[in-house]
Amino acid sequence: MSADTVSVTGWGRTAPTAARLVRPRTYEEAAAAVRACGARGGIPRGLGRAYGDAAQNAGGAVLDMTGLDRVHAVDAAGGTVLCDAGVSLHRLMEVLLPLGWFVPVTPGTRYVTVGGAIGADIHGKNHHVSGSFARHVLALELLTADGEVRTVLPGTPLFDATAGGMGLTGVILTATVRLQPVETSLMSVDTERARDLDDLLARLTATDHRYRYSVAWIDLLARGAATGRAVLTRGDHAPLDALPARRRARPLDFRTARLPAAPARFPEGLLTRTTVGLFNTVWYHKAPRAQTGRLRPIPAFFHPLDGVPHWNRVYGRGGFVQYQFVVGHGREEALRRIVRRIAEHRCPSFLAVLKRFGEGDAGWLSFPVPGWTLALDIPANLPGLGPLLDGLDEEVAAAGGRVYLAKDSRLRPELLAAMYPRLDEFRALRAELDPRGVFVSDLSRRLAL
Amino acid sequence: MKDAFGLPQSLLVLGGTSEIALATARRLIARRTRTVWLAGRPSPALDGAAEELRALGAEVRTVAFDALDPASHEAVLGKVFAEGDIDLVLLAFGILGDQAHDEREPLNAVRVAQTNYTGAVSSGLVAARALQDQGHGSLVVLSSVAGERARRANFIYGSSKAGLDAFAQGLGDALLGTGVHVMVVRPGFVRSRMTAGRQEAPLATTPGAVAAAIELGLRRRSETVWVPGTLRVVMSAVRHLPRGVFRRLPL
Repeated sequence: MSADTVSVTGWGRTAPTAARLVRPRTYEEAAAAVRACGARGGIPRGLGRAYGDAAQNAGGAVLDMTGLDRVHAVDAAGGTVLCDAGVSLHRLMEVLLPLGWFVPVTPGTRYVTVGGAIGADIHGKNHHVSGSFARHVLALELLTADGEVRTVLPGTPLFDATAGGMGLTGVILTATVRLQPVETSLMSVDTERARDLDDLLARLTATDHRYRYSVAWIDLLARGAATGRAVLTRGDHAPLDALPARRRARPLDFRTARLPAAPARFPEGLLTRTTVGLFNTVWYHKAPRAQTGRLRPIPAFFHPLDGVPHWNRVYGRGGFVQYQFVVGHGREEALRRIVRRIAEHRCPSFLAVLKRFGEGDAGWLSFPVPGWTLALDIPANLPGLGPLLDGLDEEVAAAGGRVYLAKDSRLRPELLAAMYPRLDEFRALRAELDPRGVFVSDLSRRLAL
Repeated sequence: MKDAFGLPQSLLVLGGTSEIALATARRLIARRTRTVWLAGRPSPALDGAAEELRALGAEVRTVAFDALDPASHEAVLGKVFAEGDIDLVLLAFGILGDQAHDEREPLNAVRVAQTNYTGAVSSGLVAARALQDQGHGSLVVLSSVAGERARRANFIYGSSKAGLDAFAQGLGDALLGTGVHVMVVRPGFVRSRMTAGRQEAPLATTPGAVAAAIELGLRRRSETVWVPGTLRVVMSAVRHLPRGVFRRLPL
């Protein structure tokens, strides 16, 4: 087990802090690492895709769990997998797709670990149908602060504190996950354009239930009548008979291509309002007005950014902030106000995504609730960004909504309890389970989780 | 913890009655800062400053700190850091002295040097180690353009700031990769209590402008900040002037 002191950031590359990076290769080493954490504690980390400071721990230990990456057992008949928490969704897809199974939930990147997926209780384009990741977890093994390993089952307080608990209840070692059956590794995709925000909301409300996967890319630099114009992309796994004859022989092929990585030092100042505005306009008009049944590979539909390793570098040294919030159904007025404010502030965001969430899950700090969620990323050095986002937080909280902790790097701590009503239960459980405060992160210090 | 914009939640001011420091504290309290330590010699002014910041909604505590007593720095700062993480240490103490008078009274000149330089070396190193142990934090050091090139009219003060500036730069290099960020701030002539009654230099600035520049520097993780920014160019030219020309300038 190696350990070095390194500077750690999240995917947004803001607020670096130094920590001792420990890489356990066995469960015993993980337990030893937890027991040896010291005064400033430890936090598990997967592939570092959380945008903010959830997997950093200044002055303490960060447990890199990617060394624990065995797939133990696949029940190809029943559709479950038992694997280590350090296994990535990418690896699971490689293993499971040839067997006719797919992960139940995937975010916009395959490069997240199963442990991280549970810790952040991630959601995907199928949230309105399938809920978030932990809904599909049948059991997990959790290494707690006392160095013991507990089997945690859904429906228990410890499970609900761990799902979305940002790694603060302990280190997830293994998980049993229920899978999604598929006939092919292709997606059948419908694309349409929405001319403004109202048009977009109407289309999503009326027809989202017809699709398993649904997402809208939204142009937040468009103003005036075009405010909120968007491209909707929706679809489902293509059935075997939808494939052209030449693909039917090997319907479950899973091939991924990766472009060269973004350079380590990307020139600053390329993502301006002008360049991003131009990109957005081209992107909007390039999308077909209406197209149905186009066959697309899984990476192209779910994970287009994974094609460019280290794409986060394009924001330069200053890094970027990802802002994702949800407001409930019936709060469309708040959503409209927020979109207008973002458009008026001219945030150069080319990765803005709107989605309609379905039923929420039981995780105490789990993010999704039924309603509208908008995610966007913005260069951190944009003038006035801090006060703008603080203002949006107020709107979100007043509308009974919340921001996503896996992406947060700047929320005002005072607003947290209003956004997450079960925060006190979470704190109480942690105080009992981990009285010495072994599990701690920059996120938990910043927000007093 | 700092947020994505480098804004601190907790602040320790060394030199708790400094106008620049208090302007910075007010600005940061309006953003994220909730806990403030004001370190300085116990005085009604220090208590007043604490009271004023409390009124803005921060939890403020004062701690007795004397730049001229380096032997005490370890204990005094150790107590502060033991109470919780400090996200930003603002090293803001310093005295201007009275050049004409101090030239005749070397012990007064020594007091300027000991406050501005020796006191900063000792407290700066103590704070740096504490920040390094917690793996994060910023140390902002208030230097001065006067340290960039010492001139006839205030070379005692200027030389002390030159020493401080060089020390802070080296400290920043030493702390690279430790999670600790050191930022040297070089204001020009600042209209404040310290300079009251003196003739204003060109490009004079205010404590509020320095505070704004500090906030921007934290966001950018800058290593050096000039206030106003144009001084960077001006001083670069001034530094390279031949000495015979420089000494004749009406500075």
